Amino acid sequence: MEIDFKHKQAAHCENGVVANLMTYNGFTVSEPMVFGIGSGLLFTYIPFLKVNHAPVVSYRAMPGIIFTRFATRVGIKIKREKFRNAHTAKARLDENLKRNNPVGLQVGVYNLPYFPDEYRFHFNAHNMVVYGKKEDIYLISDPVMETVTSLTEKELEKVRFAKGAFAPKGHIYYPTAFPEKLQLEKAIIKGIKHTCRDMLAPVPIVGVKGIRKIARLVRKWPKAKGVKIANHYLGQIVRMQEEIGTGGGGFRYIYAAFLQEAGKLLGNNQLLELSKEMTLIGDQWRDFAVEASRIYKNRSNNVAVDQYDHVATLLEDIANKEEVFFKKLKKAI
Amino acid sequence: MKKNEVPQDKSNLESANFKELCYAVDENGEYTTELSTGWSPKTIALNNAIEAINERVATSKQRVRDLKASPLEYYMELHKMDLSILASYVGIWKWRVKRHFRPAVFNTLNNKVLQKYADAFNITIEELKRTDL
Repeated sequence: MEIDFKHKQAAHCENGVVANLMTYNGFTVSEPMVFGIGSGLLFTYIPFLKVNHAPVVSYRAMPGIIFTRFATRVGIKIKREKFRNAHTAKARLDENLKRNNPVGLQVGVYNLPYFPDEYRFHFNAHNMVVYGKKEDIYLISDPVMETVTSLTEKELEKVRFAKGAFAPKGHIYYPTAFPEKLQLEKAIIKGIKHTCRDMLAPVPIVGVKGIRKIARLVRKWPKAKGVKIANHYLGQIVRMQEEIGTGGGGFRYIYAAFLQEAGKLLGNNQLLELSKEMTLIGDQWRDFAVEASRIYKNRSNNVAVDQYDHVATLLEDIANKEEVFFKKLKKAI
Repeated sequence: MKKNEVPQDKSNLESANFKELCYAVDENGEYTTELSTGWSPKTIALNNAIEAINERVATSKQRVRDLKASPLEYYMELHKMDLSILASYVGIWKWRVKRHFRPAVFNTLNNKVLQKYADAFNITIEELKRTDL
Protein backbone atom coordinates (compact mmCIF):
# COMPACT_ATOMS: atom_id res chain seq x y z
CA MET A 1 0.00 0.00 0.00
CA GLU A 2 1.11 3.51 -0.62
CA ILE A 3 -0.17 6.60 1.13
CA ASP A 4 -0.48 9.76 -0.95
CA PHE A 5 2.28 11.64 0.88
CA LYS A 6 3.98 14.75 -0.42
CA HIS A 7 7.74 14.68 0.06
CA LYS A 8 9.45 18.03 0.46
CA GLN A 9 13.17 18.35 1.02
CA ALA A 10 14.20 20.20 4.17
CA ALA A 11 17.45 21.36 5.65
CA HIS A 12 16.98 19.63 8.97
CA CYS A 13 15.44 16.19 9.40
CA GLU A 14 13.26 16.77 12.45
CA ASN A 15 11.68 20.02 11.23
CA GLY A 16 11.27 18.46 7.82
CA VAL A 17 9.40 15.43 9.16
CA VAL A 18 7.09 17.63 11.23
CA ALA A 19 6.44 20.06 8.36
CA ASN A 20 5.72 17.18 5.95
CA LEU A 21 3.45 15.36 8.41
CA MET A 22 1.55 18.60 9.09
CA THR A 23 1.16 19.25 5.37
CA TYR A 24 -0.18 15.72 4.91
CA ASN A 25 -2.80 16.43 7.56
CA GLY A 26 -3.91 19.60 5.81
CA PHE A 27 -1.97 22.24 7.73
CA THR A 28 0.71 23.92 5.66
CA VAL A 29 3.56 24.90 7.94
CA SER A 30 7.05 25.78 6.73
CA GLU A 31 10.23 24.24 8.06
CA PRO A 32 11.52 27.50 9.62
CA MET A 33 8.14 27.93 11.34
CA VAL A 34 8.44 24.52 12.99
CA PHE A 35 12.01 25.28 13.99
CA GLY A 36 11.16 28.70 15.46
CA ILE A 37 8.03 27.68 17.33
CA GLY A 38 9.79 24.60 18.67
CA SER A 39 12.64 26.85 19.89
CA GLY A 40 15.19 24.83 17.98
CA LEU A 41 17.97 27.42 18.04
CA LEU A 42 20.56 27.01 20.76
CA PHE A 43 24.21 26.78 21.49
CA THR A 44 25.56 24.29 23.97
CA TYR A 45 28.87 22.82 24.80
CA ILE A 46 28.56 19.42 26.43
CA PRO A 47 31.55 18.68 28.62
CA PHE A 48 32.43 15.06 29.52
CA LEU A 49 30.73 13.74 26.40
CA LYS A 50 32.88 12.95 23.40
CA VAL A 51 31.68 12.00 19.97
CA ASN A 52 34.18 10.81 17.44
CA HIS A 53 36.96 11.47 20.00
CA ALA A 54 36.26 15.20 20.13
CA PRO A 55 34.16 17.41 22.42
CA VAL A 56 30.56 18.03 21.46
CA VAL A 57 28.97 21.37 20.71
CA SER A 58 25.40 21.59 19.54
CA TYR A 59 23.74 24.41 17.67
CA ARG A 60 20.22 23.20 18.31
CA ALA A 61 17.90 21.80 20.94
CA MET A 62 17.88 18.14 21.94
CA PRO A 63 16.51 15.67 19.37
CA GLY A 64 12.76 15.20 19.63
CA ILE A 65 12.13 18.26 21.75
CA ILE A 66 11.44 20.58 18.81
CA PHE A 67 8.39 18.55 17.80
CA THR A 68 7.17 18.21 21.39
CA ARG A 69 7.34 21.97 21.95
CA PHE A 70 5.82 22.72 18.57
CA ALA A 71 2.93 20.37 19.28
CA THR A 72 2.03 21.78 22.69
CA ARG A 73 2.36 25.36 21.47
CA VAL A 74 0.09 25.05 18.44
CA GLY A 75 -2.28 22.65 20.17
CA ILE A 76 -1.84 19.34 18.38
CA LYS A 77 -1.49 16.00 20.13
CA ILE A 78 1.22 13.52 19.27
CA LYS A 79 1.59 9.88 20.07
CA ARG A 80 5.05 8.49 20.65
CA GLU A 81 5.98 4.86 21.11
CA LYS A 82 9.22 3.02 21.80
CA PHE A 83 9.67 -0.73 21.74
CA ARG A 84 11.66 -3.40 23.50
CA ASN A 85 11.66 -5.83 20.63
CA ALA A 86 11.85 -5.45 16.90
CA HIS A 87 8.88 -7.70 16.25
CA THR A 88 6.23 -5.56 17.96
CA ALA A 89 7.90 -2.45 16.56
CA LYS A 90 7.41 -3.74 13.03
CA ALA A 91 3.86 -4.91 13.71
CA ARG A 92 2.88 -1.49 15.06
CA LEU A 93 4.40 0.26 12.07
CA ASP A 94 2.54 -2.00 9.61
CA GLU A 95 -0.69 -1.44 11.54
CA ASN A 96 -0.35 2.31 11.13
CA LEU A 97 0.41 2.04 7.45
CA LYS A 98 -2.68 -0.11 6.99
CA ARG A 99 -4.74 2.64 8.61
CA ASN A 100 -3.29 5.02 6.00
CA ASN A 101 -1.32 6.85 8.66
CA PRO A 102 2.22 7.94 7.70
CA VAL A 103 4.47 7.90 10.76
CA GLY A 104 7.64 9.65 11.78
CA LEU A 105 10.54 7.43 12.77
CA GLN A 106 13.71 8.06 14.72
CA VAL A 107 16.62 6.09 13.26
CA GLY A 108 20.38 5.68 13.36
CA VAL A 109 22.37 6.95 10.40
CA TYR A 110 25.18 4.39 10.37
CA ASN A 111 23.30 1.68 8.51
CA LEU A 112 21.35 3.85 6.08
CA PRO A 113 22.35 2.46 2.68
CA TYR A 114 21.37 5.55 0.68
CA PHE A 115 23.66 7.87 2.65
CA PRO A 116 27.12 8.56 1.24
CA ASP A 117 29.67 6.41 3.06
CA GLU A 118 31.51 9.42 4.45
CA TYR A 119 28.39 10.58 6.26
CA ARG A 120 27.61 7.30 7.95
CA PHE A 121 28.49 7.89 11.58
CA HIS A 122 26.92 6.48 14.72
CA PHE A 123 24.42 9.28 15.00
CA ASN A 124 21.04 8.10 16.27
CA ALA A 125 18.81 11.13 16.10
CA HIS A 126 17.92 11.13 12.43
CA ASN A 127 14.26 11.35 11.44
CA MET A 128 12.25 10.12 8.48
CA VAL A 129 8.69 9.31 7.46
CA VAL A 130 7.47 5.89 6.35
CA TYR A 131 4.54 6.38 4.00
CA GLY A 132 3.90 2.95 2.56
CA LYS A 133 4.96 -0.62 2.01
CA LYS A 134 5.21 -2.67 -1.15
CA GLU A 135 5.70 -6.36 -0.37
CA ASP A 136 8.66 -6.21 1.99
CA ILE A 137 9.96 -2.82 0.88
CA TYR A 138 9.15 0.22 2.99
CA LEU A 139 8.64 3.54 1.19
CA ILE A 140 10.66 6.23 2.92
CA SER A 141 10.51 9.99 2.79
CA ASP A 142 13.78 11.23 4.26
CA PRO A 143 13.57 15.03 4.49
CA VAL A 144 17.26 15.64 3.81
CA MET A 145 17.04 13.75 0.51
CA GLU A 146 15.84 15.38 -2.70
CA THR A 147 13.50 12.51 -3.55
CA VAL A 148 11.81 9.62 -1.76
CA THR A 149 13.69 6.36 -1.18
CA SER A 150 13.00 2.88 0.11
CA LEU A 151 14.39 0.37 2.58
CA THR A 152 13.92 -3.37 2.96
CA GLU A 153 12.36 -4.76 6.14
CA LYS A 154 15.75 -5.87 7.37
CA GLU A 155 17.44 -2.56 6.64
CA LEU A 156 14.71 -0.64 8.39
CA GLU A 157 14.86 -2.86 11.44
CA LYS A 158 18.60 -2.29 11.66
CA VAL A 159 18.36 1.49 11.63
CA ARG A 160 15.39 1.53 14.00
CA PHE A 161 17.30 -0.51 16.52
CA ALA A 162 20.68 1.16 16.23
CA LYS A 163 22.57 1.30 19.53
CA GLY A 164 24.65 3.89 21.32
CA ALA A 165 23.81 7.38 22.60
CA PHE A 166 20.15 8.37 21.93
CA ALA A 167 19.34 4.80 20.81
CA PRO A 168 16.03 5.09 18.92
CA LYS A 169 14.51 1.83 20.25
CA GLY A 170 12.14 1.70 17.30
CA HIS A 171 10.71 5.11 18.22
CA ILE A 172 7.65 6.05 16.12
CA TYR A 173 5.54 9.18 16.40
CA TYR A 174 2.61 10.80 14.66
CA PRO A 175 0.05 13.53 15.31
CA THR A 176 -3.32 12.25 16.52
CA ALA A 177 -5.51 15.28 17.17
CA PHE A 178 -5.62 18.72 15.62
CA PRO A 179 -7.30 21.97 16.59
CA GLU A 180 -9.70 23.51 14.09
CA LYS A 181 -7.22 26.24 13.31
CA LEU A 182 -3.57 26.44 14.27
CA GLN A 183 -2.88 29.18 16.82
CA LEU A 184 0.37 30.31 15.27
CA GLU A 185 0.54 33.85 16.72
CA LYS A 186 0.68 32.86 20.37
CA ALA A 187 2.92 29.91 19.59
CA ILE A 188 5.43 32.14 17.80
CA ILE A 189 5.70 34.48 20.78
CA LYS A 190 6.19 31.57 23.16
CA GLY A 191 8.80 30.03 20.89
CA ILE A 192 10.78 33.27 20.57
CA LYS A 193 10.67 33.95 24.31
CA HIS A 194 11.95 30.48 25.03
CA THR A 195 14.85 30.86 22.60
CA CYS A 196 15.82 34.23 24.11
CA ARG A 197 15.77 32.68 27.57
CA ASP A 198 17.95 29.77 26.44
CA MET A 199 20.49 31.90 24.62
CA LEU A 200 20.84 34.36 27.50
CA ALA A 201 20.76 31.67 30.21
CA PRO A 202 23.10 32.24 33.15
CA VAL A 203 24.67 28.84 32.59
CA PRO A 204 28.35 28.72 31.60
CA ILE A 205 27.94 26.12 28.85
CA VAL A 206 24.68 27.30 27.26
CA GLY A 207 23.86 30.07 24.80
CA VAL A 208 26.02 33.16 24.58
CA LYS A 209 28.06 32.07 27.58
CA GLY A 210 28.61 28.70 25.93
CA ILE A 211 30.07 30.40 22.84
CA ARG A 212 32.45 32.38 25.06
CA LYS A 213 33.44 29.19 26.83
CA ILE A 214 34.27 27.51 23.51
CA ALA A 215 36.27 30.59 22.46
CA ARG A 216 38.37 30.25 25.63
CA LEU A 217 38.89 26.55 24.96
CA VAL A 218 39.97 27.21 21.35
CA ARG A 219 42.68 29.52 22.70
CA LYS A 220 43.82 26.85 25.14
CA TRP A 221 43.74 23.73 22.94
CA PRO A 222 46.97 24.15 20.92
CA LYS A 223 49.01 24.54 24.10
CA ALA A 224 47.14 22.03 26.24
CA LYS A 225 46.45 19.31 23.67
CA GLY A 226 48.92 19.88 20.86
CA VAL A 227 48.18 21.20 17.37
CA LYS A 228 46.98 17.90 15.93
CA ILE A 229 44.24 17.38 18.48
CA ALA A 230 43.36 21.09 18.52
CA ASN A 231 42.77 20.92 14.76
CA HIS A 232 40.65 17.79 15.11
CA TYR A 233 38.50 19.53 17.74
CA LEU A 234 38.18 22.67 15.64
CA GLY A 235 37.14 20.57 12.65
CA GLN A 236 34.43 18.93 14.73
CA ILE A 237 33.00 22.33 15.76
CA VAL A 238 32.76 23.36 12.11
CA ARG A 239 31.15 20.05 11.17
CA MET A 240 28.50 20.41 13.88
CA GLN A 241 27.85 23.91 12.59
CA GLU A 242 27.67 23.22 8.88
CA GLU A 243 27.05 19.53 8.20
CA ILE A 244 23.84 18.42 6.51
CA GLY A 245 20.84 19.50 8.47
CA THR A 246 21.78 22.97 9.64
CA GLY A 247 20.68 24.94 6.58
CA GLY A 248 23.98 26.81 6.89
CA GLY A 249 25.55 28.94 9.60
CA GLY A 250 24.65 26.65 12.49
CA PHE A 251 20.85 27.02 12.00
CA ARG A 252 21.12 30.84 12.10
CA TYR A 253 19.78 31.20 8.54
CA ILE A 254 16.77 29.01 9.24
CA TYR A 255 16.08 31.12 12.29
CA ALA A 256 16.36 34.31 10.26
CA ALA A 257 13.86 32.83 7.78
CA PHE A 258 11.56 32.09 10.71
CA LEU A 259 11.82 35.66 12.02
CA GLN A 260 10.97 37.02 8.60
CA GLU A 261 7.91 34.78 8.28
CA ALA A 262 6.86 35.54 11.85
CA GLY A 263 7.30 39.29 11.34
CA LYS A 264 4.98 39.22 8.35
CA LEU A 265 2.41 37.07 10.13
CA LEU A 266 2.34 39.22 13.25
CA GLY A 267 2.76 42.49 11.33
CA ASN A 268 5.81 43.26 13.44
CA ASN A 269 8.40 45.26 11.50
CA GLN A 270 10.98 44.93 14.24
CA LEU A 271 11.14 41.20 13.60
CA LEU A 272 11.83 41.85 9.92
CA GLU A 273 14.77 44.05 10.87
CA LEU A 274 16.00 41.47 13.36
CA SER A 275 15.77 38.81 10.67
CA LYS A 276 18.29 40.81 8.61
CA GLU A 277 20.53 41.10 11.65
CA MET A 278 20.36 37.35 12.26
CA THR A 279 21.40 36.78 8.63
CA LEU A 280 24.50 38.88 9.27
CA ILE A 281 25.27 36.85 12.39
CA GLY A 282 24.89 33.70 10.28
CA ASP A 283 27.40 35.18 7.82
CA GLN A 284 29.80 35.69 10.72
CA TRP A 285 29.50 32.03 11.68
CA ARG A 286 30.34 31.16 8.06
CA ASP A 287 33.38 33.45 8.24
CA PHE A 288 34.46 31.66 11.39
CA ALA A 289 34.20 28.33 9.54
CA VAL A 290 36.32 29.66 6.68
CA GLU A 291 39.02 30.97 9.04
CA ALA A 292 39.00 27.74 11.06
CA SER A 293 39.37 25.69 7.89
CA ARG A 294 42.52 27.66 7.03
CA ILE A 295 44.02 26.33 10.25
CA TYR A 296 43.07 22.68 9.91
CA LYS A 297 43.65 22.55 6.15
CA ASN A 298 47.33 21.81 6.52
CA ARG A 299 47.71 18.97 8.92
CA SER A 300 51.31 19.87 9.71
CA ASN A 301 52.26 20.72 13.23
CA ASN A 302 53.65 24.20 12.71
CA VAL A 303 50.57 26.37 12.96
CA ALA A 304 51.16 29.67 14.68
CA VAL A 305 49.28 29.90 17.97
CA ASP A 306 48.01 33.38 17.15
CA GLN A 307 45.82 31.86 14.42
CA TYR A 308 43.84 30.10 17.10
CA ASP A 309 43.60 33.39 18.96
CA HIS A 310 42.24 34.93 15.80
CA VAL A 311 39.37 32.44 15.39
CA ALA A 312 38.67 32.63 19.13
CA THR A 313 38.27 36.40 18.74
CA LEU A 314 35.79 35.80 15.93
CA LEU A 315 33.77 33.57 18.24
CA GLU A 316 33.83 36.16 21.02
CA ASP A 317 32.65 38.76 18.56
CA ILE A 318 29.75 36.49 17.54
CA ALA A 319 28.89 35.95 21.21
CA ASN A 320 28.73 39.72 21.79
CA LYS A 321 26.55 40.23 18.74
CA GLU A 322 24.19 37.41 19.73
CA GLU A 323 23.90 38.75 23.27
CA VAL A 324 22.78 42.14 21.98
CA PHE A 325 20.58 40.45 19.39
CA PHE A 326 18.61 38.25 21.78
CA LYS A 327 18.14 41.11 24.26
CA LYS A 328 16.61 43.15 21.44
CA LEU A 329 14.51 40.21 20.26
CA LYS A 330 13.12 39.75 23.75
CA LYS A 331 11.92 43.35 23.78
CA ALA A 332 10.57 43.19 20.22
CA ILE A 333 7.70 40.85 21.05
CA MET B 1 24.05 34.61 2.81
CA LYS B 2 22.68 35.67 -0.60
CA LYS B 3 21.08 33.07 -2.83
CA ASN B 4 23.82 33.41 -5.45
CA GLU B 5 26.46 32.99 -2.73
CA VAL B 6 25.31 29.52 -1.73
CA PRO B 7 28.51 27.52 -2.25
CA GLN B 8 28.61 24.91 -5.01
CA ASP B 9 31.96 23.32 -4.20
CA LYS B 10 33.01 19.78 -4.96
CA SER B 11 32.37 17.44 -2.03
CA ASN B 12 31.77 13.85 -1.00
CA LEU B 13 28.07 14.39 -1.65
CA GLU B 14 28.65 14.17 -5.38
CA SER B 15 29.35 10.43 -5.40
CA ALA B 16 25.87 9.77 -4.01
CA ASN B 17 24.23 12.32 -6.30
CA PHE B 18 23.06 14.20 -3.28
CA LYS B 19 22.49 17.90 -2.68
CA GLU B 20 21.70 19.62 0.56
CA LEU B 21 19.27 22.40 1.21
CA CYS B 22 20.47 25.81 2.40
CA TYR B 23 18.52 28.87 3.44
CA ALA B 24 19.49 32.12 1.74
CA VAL B 25 18.17 35.57 0.88
CA ASP B 26 17.09 36.39 -2.68
CA GLU B 27 17.61 39.74 -4.44
CA ASN B 28 14.48 41.23 -2.78
CA GLY B 29 15.64 40.29 0.71
CA GLU B 30 13.13 37.43 0.97
CA TYR B 31 14.19 34.12 2.46
CA THR B 32 14.21 31.18 0.11
CA THR B 33 16.00 27.86 -0.23
CA GLU B 34 18.74 26.76 -2.56
CA LEU B 35 20.45 23.42 -3.13
CA SER B 36 24.17 23.20 -2.51
CA THR B 37 26.63 20.60 -3.75
CA GLY B 38 28.98 21.27 -0.85
CA TRP B 39 31.29 23.80 0.76
CA SER B 40 35.03 23.33 0.97
CA PRO B 41 35.56 24.40 4.64
CA LYS B 42 33.36 21.53 5.77
CA THR B 43 34.58 19.10 3.13
CA ILE B 44 38.08 19.61 4.51
CA ALA B 45 36.79 19.07 8.07
CA LEU B 46 35.00 15.88 7.05
CA ASN B 47 37.99 14.57 5.12
CA ASN B 48 40.26 15.24 8.08
CA ALA B 49 37.88 13.37 10.36
CA ILE B 50 37.83 10.41 7.97
CA GLU B 51 41.61 10.49 7.71
CA ALA B 52 41.84 10.43 11.51
CA ILE B 53 39.57 7.37 11.59
CA ASN B 54 41.68 5.65 8.93
CA GLU B 55 44.79 6.31 10.99
CA ARG B 56 43.15 4.74 14.03
CA VAL B 57 42.12 1.73 11.94
CA ALA B 58 45.67 1.31 10.61
CA THR B 59 47.19 1.55 14.10
CA SER B 60 44.82 -1.01 15.57
CA LYS B 61 45.39 -3.31 12.59
CA GLN B 62 49.09 -3.27 13.32
CA ARG B 63 48.44 -3.92 17.00
CA VAL B 64 46.36 -6.97 16.10
CA ARG B 65 49.08 -8.27 13.79
CA ASP B 66 51.65 -7.81 16.53
CA LEU B 67 49.31 -9.71 18.87
CA LYS B 68 49.15 -6.72 21.18
CA ALA B 69 45.39 -6.41 20.83
CA SER B 70 42.52 -8.71 19.90
CA PRO B 71 40.76 -8.31 16.54
CA LEU B 72 37.81 -6.76 18.39
CA GLU B 73 39.73 -3.50 18.70
CA TYR B 74 40.36 -3.42 14.96
CA TYR B 75 36.74 -4.12 14.02
CA MET B 76 35.53 -1.53 16.50
CA GLU B 77 37.67 1.16 14.85
CA LEU B 78 36.75 -0.08 11.38
CA HIS B 79 33.07 0.41 12.17
CA LYS B 80 33.72 3.94 13.51
CA MET B 81 32.60 2.79 16.96
CA ASP B 82 33.98 3.60 20.37
CA LEU B 83 33.91 1.49 23.50
CA SER B 84 30.47 2.55 24.68
CA ILE B 85 28.84 2.08 21.27
CA LEU B 86 30.32 -1.39 20.89
CA ALA B 87 29.30 -2.29 24.43
CA SER B 88 25.71 -1.29 23.79
CA TYR B 89 25.56 -3.22 20.50
CA VAL B 90 26.68 -6.46 22.12
CA GLY B 91 24.99 -5.85 25.47
CA ILE B 92 28.14 -6.41 27.50
CA TRP B 93 29.52 -4.06 30.13
CA LYS B 94 32.19 -1.66 28.95
CA TRP B 95 34.87 -2.92 31.34
CA ARG B 96 34.33 -6.46 30.08
CA VAL B 97 34.54 -5.40 26.44
CA LYS B 98 37.75 -3.56 27.26
CA ARG B 99 39.10 -6.72 28.84
CA HIS B 100 38.25 -8.66 25.68
CA PHE B 101 40.66 -6.39 23.80
CA ARG B 102 43.48 -8.32 25.49
CA PRO B 103 44.45 -11.23 23.19
CA ALA B 104 44.93 -13.60 26.14
CA VAL B 105 41.38 -12.94 27.35
CA PHE B 106 39.92 -12.91 23.84
CA ASN B 107 41.27 -16.39 23.14
CA THR B 108 39.32 -17.84 26.06
CA LEU B 109 35.93 -16.47 24.94
CA ASN B 110 33.25 -19.03 24.19
CA ASN B 111 31.24 -19.08 20.98
CA LYS B 112 28.19 -17.49 22.56
CA VAL B 113 30.07 -14.28 23.36
CA LEU B 114 32.00 -14.38 20.09
CA GLN B 115 28.72 -14.66 18.18
CA LYS B 116 27.52 -11.42 19.77
CA TYR B 117 30.59 -9.61 18.52
CA ALA B 118 30.40 -11.27 15.11
CA ASP B 119 26.77 -10.14 14.75
CA ALA B 120 27.65 -6.60 15.73
CA PHE B 121 30.32 -6.46 13.03
CA ASN B 122 28.27 -8.46 10.53
CA ILE B 123 30.94 -11.15 10.03
CA THR B 124 31.41 -14.80 11.00
CA ILE B 125 33.23 -16.06 14.09
CA GLU B 126 36.02 -17.45 11.92
CA GLU B 127 36.60 -14.05 10.35
CA LEU B 128 36.50 -12.41 13.76
CA LYS B 129 39.21 -14.69 15.11
CA ARG B 130 41.70 -14.06 12.31
CA THR B 131 44.71 -12.01 13.36
CA ASP B 132 46.41 -11.90 9.92
CA LEU B 133 44.38 -8.89 8.79
